[in-house]
Amino acid sequence: MTDQSSTPPTRTPHFVSQEKWDPYVAERLTADQEKYYMAGQWKLMWWRFRKHRPAVVSMVFLALMYFSTAISEWIAPYDLHSRHSAYIFAPPQSVHLFHEGKFLGPFVYGLKTDRDPDTLQRVYTADLAKPMPLRFFCSGAPYEFWGMIDASFHFVCPPEGGQFFWLGTDRLGRDLFSRIVYAARISLTIGIIGITLSFVLALVLGGLAGYYGGWIDSVVQRITEIIKSFPHLPLWLALSAALPVTWSPLVIYFGITIILALLDWPGLGRAVRSKLLSLREEDYAAAAQMMGAKPARIIGRHLLPGFMSHLIASATLSIPSMILAETALSFLGLGLRPPITSWGVLLNEATDINVVAVNWWLMLPVVPVVLVILAYQFMGDGMRDAADPYA
Amino acid sequence: MLNFIVRRVLLMVPTLFVISALVYFIIDLPPGDCVTSQIDELLARGDADALVRADELRALYGLDQPLWQRYFEWVGGIFRWDFGLSCQDTVPVSELIGERMALTLIMESSTIAFIWIVSFVIGVYAATHQYRMGDYVASFIGFVGLSVPNFLLALVLLYVGKVYFGLSIGGLMDPEYIDKPFSWGKFVSVAEHLIIPVIVIGMSGTAGMIRRLRANLLDELQKQYVVTGRAKGLPPMRLLIKYPLRHAINPFVADIGGLLPDVISGSVIVSVVLSLPTTGPMLLGALKTQDVNLAATFLLFVAVLTVIGMLISDLALAALDPRIRFGATSEK
Repeated sequence: MTDQSSTPPTRTPHFVSQEKWDPYVAERLTADQEKYYMAGQWKLMWWRFRKHRPAVVSMVFLALMYFSTAISEWIAPYDLHSRHSAYIFAPPQSVHLFHEGKFLGPFVYGLKTDRDPDTLQRVYTADLAKPMPLRFFCSGAPYEFWGMIDASFHFVCPPEGGQFFWLGTDRLGRDLFSRIVYAARISLTIGIIGITLSFVLALVLGGLAGYYGGWIDSVVQRITEIIKSFPHLPLWLALSAALPVTWSPLVIYFGITIILALLDWPGLGRAVRSKLLSLREEDYAAAAQMMGAKPARIIGRHLLPGFMSHLIASATLSIPSMILAETALSFLGLGLRPPITSWGVLLNEATDINVVAVNWWLMLPVVPVVLVILAYQFMGDGMRDAADPYA
Repeated sequence: MLNFIVRRVLLMVPTLFVISALVYFIIDLPPGDCVTSQIDELLARGDADALVRADELRALYGLDQPLWQRYFEWVGGIFRWDFGLSCQDTVPVSELIGERMALTLIMESSTIAFIWIVSFVIGVYAATHQYRMGDYVASFIGFVGLSVPNFLLALVLLYVGKVYFGLSIGGLMDPEYIDKPFSWGKFVSVAEHLIIPVIVIGMSGTAGMIRRLRANLLDELQKQYVVTGRAKGLPPMRLLIKYPLRHAINPFVADIGGLLPDVISGSVIVSVVLSLPTTGPMLLGALKTQDVNLAATFLLFVAVLTVIGMLISDLALAALDPRIRFGATSEK
């Protein structure tokens, strides 16, 4: 366009650009926008999740915890069951850096054992004269890595000729820190396995109820109502008391996870059902039906992906209750049995308050339990917020 | 309304029947019975008559009869307040459980009352003082309450009480009142001992309730009618109580369905930790020794409590909120 007011009017020559014209020129996206609009839903969720700081921190923490279960043998200075009969109820030995003003690197003082003349209890005092430096990346108590490979590598070993009970010992003189490290294996996996079972149950039963409706729906609904309305703990107690004593501890472990899952699925199942009920009315579901897809394909291929993220978020939120339930059952002596050791089994030692009042470190397994539960709750919150990235 | 109540009560009967049968069956499931452990003990002591004694005991407890027959005998007895013999000390179950059930009931209802009162006060305060100090404190307490498991809290409190204050918080009354008839002194003593368990059991319920009440009330407070009311010069207190609060208070009643099972579960484990003379520890013992009659009676008691609680909550909700139609409540 030329300036109309100027004189004299000259025609501009006819001009046709040979370049391709992009009809969307006005709507062109910047690189950032493009990245955002082209991202898949899981990527969007991840971006949204990243903004929730506590959730990210919790996820890192949990990842570290789970990673530690893979290398428990390296982290724990002692074996799960090794007893030190000379050090029963030894108090935690603190790690020092300076001895008489001199830097010595991490070391502990040796323990001197005496008997209290009145109560005949053992009294441990730190032998301040003799600092014993800890060894790192060392060869210590032998073990079978994952129960298969003989090895003796540890990150930290007790000093030569001494002991290193960072968190004290229990009534059999077993190192509490090592036991907590090993127990993480059981406590952390039981939540995952349990939730997987409960997830599958919820998908199948909730899926059937939601997709078919009718009498299947009412039966499943009644069952969920009864299970949801009945207090879980007494039922858990009854069910785990019903596991025969003769079963091996490993079978008991799976029995407990199944019991936990049996009472846990209704919450998820209900979510599956209500989502399916609404989604199966969508046009794309009807289209698939018209084209002759089988119910399993419609549910699995078309309906489930639509709310999978929600399900995973709510499943994550119910992992802590599983871990807690196991802890509670084992604490009450109806859950896992030694030699399988979970945090609850460790806490079982802390049931007698008179013992705990003297040996306070027996309560320490509470700390990892609370931390893991908090972390799961934060992470679950973050996941739930992120679960619907288009909102 | 009457129709609704009758239908609900009638629905309770089959539910309870199914639960009781299931529970009875589950407890009896593992191999061996409650006599086995007693006999093992006798054998270990070198009692030669142990095996003869075993048969006598089995006959006494009716363990030689098939399971279903024992179950129906037990169910039949319920209506006469006769729950059969307890296996552990050969006493009728009904004699063992009376006071424990009463104490459990007292503890659980005071816990619910505690949850209501505390979460009401804190929740309303937090919502009306959003993003101020008090709100943050309340949110923090709520978060801790939700995430710290109650039995661990009980354990820690027990330890703290024992070591730093030299008091034992176990038990539900001072020793001199145990097995004494009811009196004012006993009542006061029980009330004092109830404080800790009630706080511990009610912690997570209170936390959840505060969260919901705060969220609901905040939603309500942003609505236009509140602005209108304020513009027209309603005093703040009246403005709060007259409408928004009435809306926001629904979960208090509606959530009893979720609250009650939690409180009962919590009371079982907390009373084991604090060794309270309620049903919890005895249930645990009965389950461990396969004392079927005793355990099943306790579990049935729990079930009845839950079912009645649900009914009351549904009725209260229907009375409180006229929008709720009776047919629709069960769908929620």
